[in-house]
Amino acid sequence: MEKNRIISGCKLLIIGGSAGSLEVLMKILPGLNTLPSFAIVLVLHRKSTEDTTLEELIAIKTNIPVREVEDKTPLLPGYLYVAPSDYHLLFEKNDVLSLDISEKVNYSRPSIDVSFESAAEIYGKSLVGLLLSGANADGTEGLLAIKKAGGTTVVQNPESAQMPTMPQNAITYTAPDYILDIEHILKFITLINS
Amino acid sequence: MIDDRELEVLINEVYEYHGFDFGGYSRASLKRRVDRLYQLDGFSNFSEMLSKVRSEPGYFKRMVEEITVNVTEMFRDPLFYKVLREEVLPILGTKPFIRFWHAGCSSGEEVYSMAILLKEANLLHKSLLYATDINPIVLDTAKKGIFPLQMMKQYSENYMTSGGKKDFSHYYTANYGFAKFGEDLSEKMVFSEHNLVSDGSFNEFDLILCRNVLIYFDKDLQERALCLFDESLAKLGYLALGTKETIKFSPIQNRFRQLNREKIWRKTE
Repeated sequence: MEKNRIISGCKLLIIGGSAGSLEVLMKILPGLNTLPSFAIVLVLHRKSTEDTTLEELIAIKTNIPVREVEDKTPLLPGYLYVAPSDYHLLFEKNDVLSLDISEKVNYSRPSIDVSFESAAEIYGKSLVGLLLSGANADGTEGLLAIKKAGGTTVVQNPESAQMPTMPQNAITYTAPDYILDIEHILKFITLINS
Repeated sequence: MIDDRELEVLINEVYEYHGFDFGGYSRASLKRRVDRLYQLDGFSNFSEMLSKVRSEPGYFKRMVEEITVNVTEMFRDPLFYKVLREEVLPILGTKPFIRFWHAGCSSGEEVYSMAILLKEANLLHKSLLYATDINPIVLDTAKKGIFPLQMMKQYSENYMTSGGKKDFSHYYTANYGFAKFGEDLSEKMVFSEHNLVSDGSFNEFDLILCRNVLIYFDKDLQERALCLFDESLAKLGYLALGTKETIKFSPIQNRFRQLNREKIWRKTE
């Protein structure tokens, strides 16, 4: 792990997770107060049902206002966005979110790789990518793209993950800037732009 | 990978050489599709791709086919179809003749889903389903009504969630890994090429379905398409969009009223 530099100039924190990641978020989100200088986007593998249970569950756990993502939803600092089920979530140049129903990637839609790569193109150095617990290999290519674009990459310590495969795969192939336990992830996020 | 400038060059050249205008497409998705094609076809540099697109009409066709997203399914979002079944079709059914337009129908799965609903509501005989797409190749698939058999399990589940009571498999004949849907469903369908970017209104409809097509357009092009739908809808006609699409920011919204939480709007004047 690199020295514990404080991240500054962050416009977007994008978090990818699969099996076992919701538990992590349930621990982290209540600890976060308002984060007015950047937006958070969650890309979680979820069932392709059309309800908004996940959004509601997350909204209960956090003080950060949760915005439902529809086509061309503006991405604003201070808000938390959840990628809807059965769409890929993409980023446009004018700070707008767009959606796409093209083929699944890594058997997933939303795919973490797709959103991470798209965010990396738009936000470059101003992007922090965090990959949590999961049982497949989604997210690794996305973290590589974030790194290549000059962003910061963080991976949950696989030993603290319910499903270590996804973070472990990312560590093996990407050499992330930070590998953090759950409590350190919380601390890391609160220090962004501080 | 192509860069942003190259993408704009490609868009301009395609318009110049082939008359197709992708300028109003959302860039994030378009760039992903073009990149995918670039890799799929093993180009070593952008100018190689560009000259092939310019000079080979067959390759341009392939490009249109590959960069437009043609992922679709039968009874996608089953609860949407349930609302059509229970709330919209009974009202449309009072008309002597019902016209539908599936704008951006892709390979036709949603058109066949609609035909099944109409058949079950005993309305298909007095209905006409226009189905259009920019891409002639997917329209050929749609005309045939032949879909991969492996999808039928999921479609059958969707169908049941939408309120379907029959055995879904009686709508198709299974053969060599494909399911062919009956001509009793397709006889009321009319397939035709239509480009939402450049073509106009061609009839008056009672229900226009355009689901998960507008997500690929920027705001201006969305506005154009929405105005086209507004023009093409009969008084008290319905407009149905995808679950994450809306008319909320469009001037046409004043003339429409939304049905509960569904992405279905009724023209009020």
